[in-house]
Amino acid sequence: MLGRTAEDLFWLSRYVERAENTARLVEVAYRIGLMPREGGGPFEEWRSALMSSGCESGYFARHADLSAEKVIDWMIFDPENPSSVWSCIGVARQNGRAQRTALTQDMWESLNTTWIEMSAFGRNRLSIGDLMALLNWIKQRSALFRGALTGTILRNDTWCFSQLGAFVERADNTARILDVKYYVLLPETSMIGGGVDGRQWGAILRSVSAHRSYQWVYREAYRPWRVAELLILNRQMPRSLAFSYERIHGSLDLVTALHEARLPSLEHARATSEMLRSHEVGEIFQAGLHEFLLGFRARNDVLAGQIALDYHFRG
Amino acid sequence: MDAFDERTGRGDGLREQYRAVDAWLGRHDLATLQRKREEAETLFRRSGITFAVYGNEESTERLIPFDLIPRVISAAEWRRLSAGIEQRVLALNAFLYDVYHRQEIVRAGRIPADLIVQNEFFLPEMIGVDPARHVYSHVIGIDIVRTSEDDFFVLEDNTRTPSGVSYMLENRETMMQMFPELFTAHRVAPVETYPEMLRATLQSVAPPGLAREPNLALLTPGLYNSAYFEHAFLADQMGIELVEGRDLVVEDGSLWMRTTRGLCPLDVVYRRIDDAFLDPLAFDPDSVLGIPGLFDVYRSGRVTIVNAPGTGIADDKAVYTYVPEIIEFYTGRPPLLQNVPTWRCRRPDDLAWVLEHLAELVVKEVHGSGGYGMLVGPAASRAELDAFRERLRARPDAYIAQPTLALSTCPTLVDAGIAPRHVDLRPYVLCGDRIRLAPGGLTRVALREGSLVVNSSQGGGTKDTWVLQD
Repeated sequence: MLGRTAEDLFWLSRYVERAENTARLVEVAYRIGLMPREGGGPFEEWRSALMSSGCESGYFARHADLSAEKVIDWMIFDPENPSSVWSCIGVARQNGRAQRTALTQDMWESLNTTWIEMSAFGRNRLSIGDLMALLNWIKQRSALFRGALTGTILRNDTWCFSQLGAFVERADNTARILDVKYYVLLPETSMIGGGVDGRQWGAILRSVSAHRSYQWVYREAYRPWRVAELLILNRQMPRSLAFSYERIHGSLDLVTALHEARLPSLEHARATSEMLRSHEVGEIFQAGLHEFLLGFRARNDVLAGQIALDYHFRG
Repeated sequence: MDAFDERTGRGDGLREQYRAVDAWLGRHDLATLQRKREEAETLFRRSGITFAVYGNEESTERLIPFDLIPRVISAAEWRRLSAGIEQRVLALNAFLYDVYHRQEIVRAGRIPADLIVQNEFFLPEMIGVDPARHVYSHVIGIDIVRTSEDDFFVLEDNTRTPSGVSYMLENRETMMQMFPELFTAHRVAPVETYPEMLRATLQSVAPPGLAREPNLALLTPGLYNSAYFEHAFLADQMGIELVEGRDLVVEDGSLWMRTTRGLCPLDVVYRRIDDAFLDPLAFDPDSVLGIPGLFDVYRSGRVTIVNAPGTGIADDKAVYTYVPEIIEFYTGRPPLLQNVPTWRCRRPDDLAWVLEHLAELVVKEVHGSGGYGMLVGPAASRAELDAFRERLRARPDAYIAQPTLALSTCPTLVDAGIAPRHVDLRPYVLCGDRIRLAPGGLTRVALREGSLVVNSSQGGGTKDTWVLQD
């Protein structure tokens, strides 16, 4: 496969994944906004959505103040925001068009139809009541693409680089969500447990579709370290860091076998996967969750760079 | 203008080959057909079959209108056409070999020397190069029009990088999806083997003496080219890499692709970029699309470029007027397919006649293509005619003129119902170890009433084209 093709596929999957995660972040902010408020200024949930998606500074360069409508517009529709759902879908479709030959008909049509329908969607016509329907649609389109990929593509380079892109992005997103939410939610010292906090944790877990899983795994009220454990270390939880790295490691294993060449990215992914296997949540909290997540995201970025080098992404 | 109709001839009853289509049309009312047309459009849009229109910022991706009603060619008609096409393609390739070697045809006094050496498509760099199997133009599109039961004329030979074959394939695919019953009831020659035929052609012209299967790739200018969809489509159908110049590199006298495994050798390049952009060292130094050093590798015979550089000389409109002589010279036989009678404005007598009869003629730029810069006399205003006369006087060499032909018409679905519209036909011919010809080709239709311009850039549409089997 061409290095440029591998690169485009990697980013195509990253952007599809990012569109979905952005929709999830908007959803959680919206749900928290509906809840009775305790402490924190108004619209704090929207600020944290911006922080989690890493587009806070861009937002304030454009808007003077926070409002639900403006954040929603910025995160869903604004082409000026490179991580808006609109931009993500546009870039993903552009990459897909550039690599049309690497995609199956099903993958391409799901991508192209998403773009056509999104383009037809009026940016200024969105009433807040339609928001949930739109967010669900975005998640469905992402799931459809993933399904088309899983169900139709040969397990060759195309599959591997698509998986790598998706899980590198997902690991980064989950780490961001957890980091920001802890910062916003966790008061200085406390063990939390009150009703409002409980609902907020519920909303966060919901943003990664894990609110039911939490109940199945722990069968108890939300506790912050349990939430962290679920999202970082649980290898059965498909949006956790550990799960993402099992997939990343597996994909690199497959590329290694296909190419008959062991390259540094494999060792890098194996080490991170191993680290996530061997840690316990208590250790993470002792060393500082924020520091842990920061370190993880840096490693994740280094891995993405190493994959680009190993597989000649830029000629 | 009284035109021959593919369905009814001169209005004297249904022609045999249209029986099936006619019966099918009779079973559907207009509303159903209109609805089906919209469905087809949705199918095309979803699969991304779009083309870009240059100079049109608003809609960089547009659909070529697809007309549901097939154009039908009988087996006998096709036998006749294909014999003429084969003869023409062989002669054009023999001509190209001669042009870049001894130029026997000039020595024999059959065509003027300046027609070649002063032609902007003549590529002196190609002199003495011996392409594999001596084939220059491997993929050719021949534009044919019909004016009566027995009269077919070649309007143009496209010997450089003809496009549109993806529409031939997708039109058939769409018709089979939407009206499967049509294809179970009638024996229509299949066209879907075209990508296999193209791949076989590319393989057959790989550099000789290769110890392994040749590696093939399709070279595209990229995403923003008007025919990008077709490039991706064909590469995908053939299972070969779709590459851009930046994916290729010349090292150690060979051509390589940059892959996830490092460099991989490339043997045959089906290029869909123009000669000038192939290699900035050999041609246009400003080209960012090309591969520095490619032409040296080509000259040394270590890669095959399809179509070869320099084939433009065979589809130049000035050379076109000599194709009958070219066919006679290389095949020793009269042409089976006729040229449209053409006035060469470079000749003073012809120019005078053209200026006088401009309102009846079609005038084309010698180096133009795609329907840009042409004049359709009968449709032009007095002011347009006057302006064109000035251009003709200023640069007579740059123009040829032809009579306005009454192109045959085909029943076509338009807003008001089913009405006759003018069509042409572009069969696609492949030339490698042998000639391969997809039955039929692409029928282009001028959707505006009375219009004779079928080019998609000028609002033309396309039809599925059937060749019936005996």
